[in-house]
Amino acid sequence: MNRALFRRLGNYLFVGVCGVATLIALTALVMILWSLVSKGIGGIDLKIFTMTQPAPGSEGGLSNAIVGSLIMCGIGMAIALVVGILAGTWLAEYGGDTTYGQVVRFFNDVLLSAPSILVGLFVYEILVQPFHGFSALAGGVALAFLATPIVTRTTEDILNLQPHALREAGMALGASRAFVIRKIIWKAARAGLVTGGLLGFARISGETAPLLFTSLGNQFFSTNVTQPMATLPTTIFQFALSAYDDWQRLAWVGAMLIAIAVLSINIIGRIVAREARR
Amino acid sequence: MATAAPMESRFGHPKATGGIIFEAACFAAATLLLAALGGVVISLAIGGWPAFQQFGFGFLTSSEWNPVTEVYGAGTAIVGTLITSFLALLVALPLALGVAVFLVEFCPRVIAQPIAIAVELLAGIPSIVYGMWGLFVLAPWFAENVQMPLMMSAEPGSWQETLFSGIPNGANIFTASLILAVMILPYMAAVMRELFMTVPPQLREAAYGLGCTPFEVVRSVVVPYVRRGVIGVIMLGLGRALGETMAVTFIIGNSHDFPDSVFASGSTIASTIANEFAEATSDMHSAALVALGLVLFLITFIVLAFARLLLRGQKI
Repeated sequence: MNRALFRRLGNYLFVGVCGVATLIALTALVMILWSLVSKGIGGIDLKIFTMTQPAPGSEGGLSNAIVGSLIMCGIGMAIALVVGILAGTWLAEYGGDTTYGQVVRFFNDVLLSAPSILVGLFVYEILVQPFHGFSALAGGVALAFLATPIVTRTTEDILNLQPHALREAGMALGASRAFVIRKIIWKAARAGLVTGGLLGFARISGETAPLLFTSLGNQFFSTNVTQPMATLPTTIFQFALSAYDDWQRLAWVGAMLIAIAVLSINIIGRIVAREARR
Repeated sequence: MATAAPMESRFGHPKATGGIIFEAACFAAATLLLAALGGVVISLAIGGWPAFQQFGFGFLTSSEWNPVTEVYGAGTAIVGTLITSFLALLVALPLALGVAVFLVEFCPRVIAQPIAIAVELLAGIPSIVYGMWGLFVLAPWFAENVQMPLMMSAEPGSWQETLFSGIPNGANIFTASLILAVMILPYMAAVMRELFMTVPPQLREAAYGLGCTPFEVVRSVVVPYVRRGVIGVIMLGLGRALGETMAVTFIIGNSHDFPDSVFASGSTIASTIANEFAEATSDMHSAALVALGLVLFLITFIVLAFARLLLRGQKI
């Protein structure tokens, strides 16, 4: 009887410890979100979106950084979608079972969580140093390197989920393999492909480290991709570490904007994914 | 065969050049991924070569980092990277395990689902947000409520005084590790939860049928079933912590002195690169930073490759 009591107490203790762990984790995360909202919400107004970043002490917004972020993420996603979907298709439809396919899959998974700052260094070596200048293009390429493995991975997973009967039906009508993939499989997996893109987009939209020495940052409004360009993350980094109160306030606003953007992209991705499964 | 001709042109002949080009494009894209990883290694090795040549093996062990005298050693940054990552793992791992077990085994489904989604969403919050929170919220609070009292209460000359010494501004190795822990926690918890979900319900039911308590089911059935995967997830978390840049750069204090207490400021490889690369003073300075990058790449590559080997076959 004593032993049964002991086991029951041990069980209660364990459940309690797990519950407390969950509570601690949730508290920490709620505290972070709370600081983000409480410090960021006060600074939100139209000027954030219409004015460029100010000199310390004067009025301004973050429009140049927001536009820069959109441009660079656009470049990154354009590359990542093309390369990622093609690479994922190759893994799922053509050579995924070969040794080479397994090697590619393995290194893609490693690349998926490789330190982003190293990607920045790499792109600096191949696109910044040879051309003697930081550029938004280099920043976009750096972001592409981070998004591509995600797109590749989701593409492969989603294509593998498509029923074999679809492929056989296409083949039976006399269509070529490439035709079946492009016109039938991709179409059937469209929602899943969109999800992969959204996940990649969410990942790169808050990335800071790879942009520090590729796109560098720019205090002026610029849409020239061959020149340095501001992005939200790099501007936040610069402002947060500055000694000026108003810059720090703008940094909080920027951080909140990024967090909201990333959260909403992820949520949209989830909704699309759920639709896809239906 | 009058109908065959238009069908072929519309669907493409099985051996048509279009199909070959498409397959080649797919193959090229897959190869590009490999080339990217190879390119990172090669470019880092080439860029860092002058530093390795100049300082030799001592680059890895020397803790002197002085852009003025042009002497560079990676020792402090490597030690800082390892200490912060392992401390972070030490804090995050038990919490992540607890969260995952709680959500999968004990929590009512109605609450478990929203919490799980929240945890997954939080895993996607960019690290710069965590870094800012560390700098503006955690560091001041920590300095005032933990660091100062501990320093005050330590007797002069005692071991506590050595342990807790440092500038009381909350920017130190310990707080950097805490931020890292908070950052990898949702990630590890989310992945671990998915891992626990792969345990077949029959195994659980059988154990319960034998009269096991939930604790015994987790300890003797669930965890052993996914043991390999759990180690893989730990490695993934470690890999994240090792390479994390922004969360750490904000709060570690960025000092190149060898850390002599848990509250001393320090630096990691990633934070050093982030702080100094854009403003490197000389060619050797840049080369030393790129060489640091190569060291970080090799460390994380080993950890991540190990993680992926353990997690092979899992959709994680």
